[in-house]
Amino acid sequence: MNFVTPEIAWAPLLPIMIVLGAAAVGVLVESFVKSPHLRRVTQLWLSGAALIVAGVAIVAQWMALDGSAGTEVMATKITVDGQSLVWQLMLVIFGFLSVLLFASRTSAGEESFTALGSVPPGSVEEKLARRAGLKVTEVFPLALFAVGGMMLFTCITDLIFLFVALELFSLPLYILVALARRRRLLSQEAALKYFLLGAFSSAFYLFGAALIYGATTQTDMASIGIAVNVIGDKDGILLTGAVMVLVGLMFKIGAAPFHSWVPDVYQGSPTPVTAFMGAATKAAATAALVRVMYLAFAPLEWELSWMFWAVAIVSMAVGTVLALVQTDIKRMLAYSAVAHAGFILVAFAGLEQQAISALPFYLLTYGLATIGAFAIITQVRERSAEGGAGAEAVRLGQWAGLAKRSPALATAMALFLLSFAGIPLTAGFIGKFEVFSAAVAGGGWPLVLIAVIASAVAAFFYVRLIVLMFFTDIPEGAEDTVVVEQEPLSRTVIYVTAAATLILGIVPAGVLTVMEDAAVFLVSGS
Amino acid sequence: MNPMNYVILAAILFSIGSAAVLLRRNAIVAFMGVELMLNAANLALVAFSKIYGHLDGQIMAFFVMVVAAAEVVVGLAIIITVFRARQTISLDEPAELKG
Repeated sequence: MNFVTPEIAWAPLLPIMIVLGAAAVGVLVESFVKSPHLRRVTQLWLSGAALIVAGVAIVAQWMALDGSAGTEVMATKITVDGQSLVWQLMLVIFGFLSVLLFASRTSAGEESFTALGSVPPGSVEEKLARRAGLKVTEVFPLALFAVGGMMLFTCITDLIFLFVALELFSLPLYILVALARRRRLLSQEAALKYFLLGAFSSAFYLFGAALIYGATTQTDMASIGIAVNVIGDKDGILLTGAVMVLVGLMFKIGAAPFHSWVPDVYQGSPTPVTAFMGAATKAAATAALVRVMYLAFAPLEWELSWMFWAVAIVSMAVGTVLALVQTDIKRMLAYSAVAHAGFILVAFAGLEQQAISALPFYLLTYGLATIGAFAIITQVRERSAEGGAGAEAVRLGQWAGLAKRSPALATAMALFLLSFAGIPLTAGFIGKFEVFSAAVAGGGWPLVLIAVIASAVAAFFYVRLIVLMFFTDIPEGAEDTVVVEQEPLSRTVIYVTAAATLILGIVPAGVLTVMEDAAVFLVSGS
Repeated sequence: MNPMNYVILAAILFSIGSAAVLLRRNAIVAFMGVELMLNAANLALVAFSKIYGHLDGQIMAFFVMVVAAAEVVVGLAIIITVFRARQTISLDEPAELKG
């Protein structure tokens, strides 16, 4: 037993170091900048700038790839290849849009986050903190830590280090969920549930990784793949370990039957956090699932395919059916997210090469529409007792006749919903088409058939909301109960995501080519 | 003594831990169950490491310990906040979220 100092090529990690470094600086800003207002502005500029610089660094690396697959940063542990760069860029974009949402305020000057996280909801201390104008600006560094962890998550090729990155991005999210300004009891309860179930699933993942180490003597994915081929007879320890690892990752994607946290957390979190988590966590977890499946468990494809089929079918069924009966719009979108997790898993049927380029595109379209839809939810608010904007109007009934209040918002929402449903001319259609054709190529046509039926049923509740917004009159006497906000930051996010959803739906060729170029893994030779 | 026994012990501890998470209604006890599961994974890593004569598994166990400690910090913070708001940490009690 002797140690060999690992050689680390730091340069390809630059984007991740920028994001995590800015997060550390953000923590210092928390201590040294006293005025809450100044702190908010500083944090917003710091995190926005860090994410833009990180994005530029990722694009520069992509340009520098020039046909090569990528760089092995640390032998068998971290690999920055084209595939991970595409995911990293996507996460940085989601992070940037979410940071804008985090900073947005209502016309009454109210943020989405509580004034002081440590005081009990409804207490005198809370009122005092609110009157003193305190702000929880730690949300910006927390979001940066989460983005940095997710970026790391997409380029790790070792099962145990994947666990470290998994926790690195989960822990900040648990805290963010608990910080809602309104309905704080709900928010704290959601955080508790998310934390306990998240930690439970991480423990499953870790024990699975330990069992795989036991069965193959390896923890890095490529060597596990080779070892599995060599072992020949696939013993119980190996299969149990593989299933436990997949359970941990599928929990993060939010697939049924591991979805029990999804509706509660989507509903309870502050809406900007829901937008961030809904888009980014799913993308990061899918990126890791792709790498684990294609590098480590490809030889186990036959043994594990039943799990993907079962989870995909259950997710699509549960997500679609339960979304039909929801009356809370955040909860409805949460169940729709469960159904989308099912669509993601459909692509893994047969482990086709095509799926490696289809999945990033699908997650990009889904993430943009998710952030846009939740950004719109932050803009539609109840009228408070003082006449200004109050809590978010999340009951479906309150959205009746939204097109008359704000045609632009209603149109953008309709676009996002059509994209979720996969209607042509929206990005969601191209995404679904790519994912389903990858599954058909892998022999998963029965699964695709079920997915198409699920999409058709799901279209019902999306269209129901569109009808409610456009063709239903505002109920008598309710004309004054809903306020539509005009917050510039949120509006920017909404228009940018709407434009992207439309552009990716009409001219997807450029982005699809990039995804195809990125569909190569750099496999460490061992 | 056969080191494989330690792996079996790890599996037993893991099962006890997951049973605690699923069955106990006190958030702190459920959380202790999660910690037990993580420690079971550590024991398995170290036992396999001993069997194969690698250092890898033992080093991994250190990383897991650090992560578990960070998790305790966040977890207890959330549990204490919930306790302050509700004066209880029973997992049956919070029932604002349904459906």
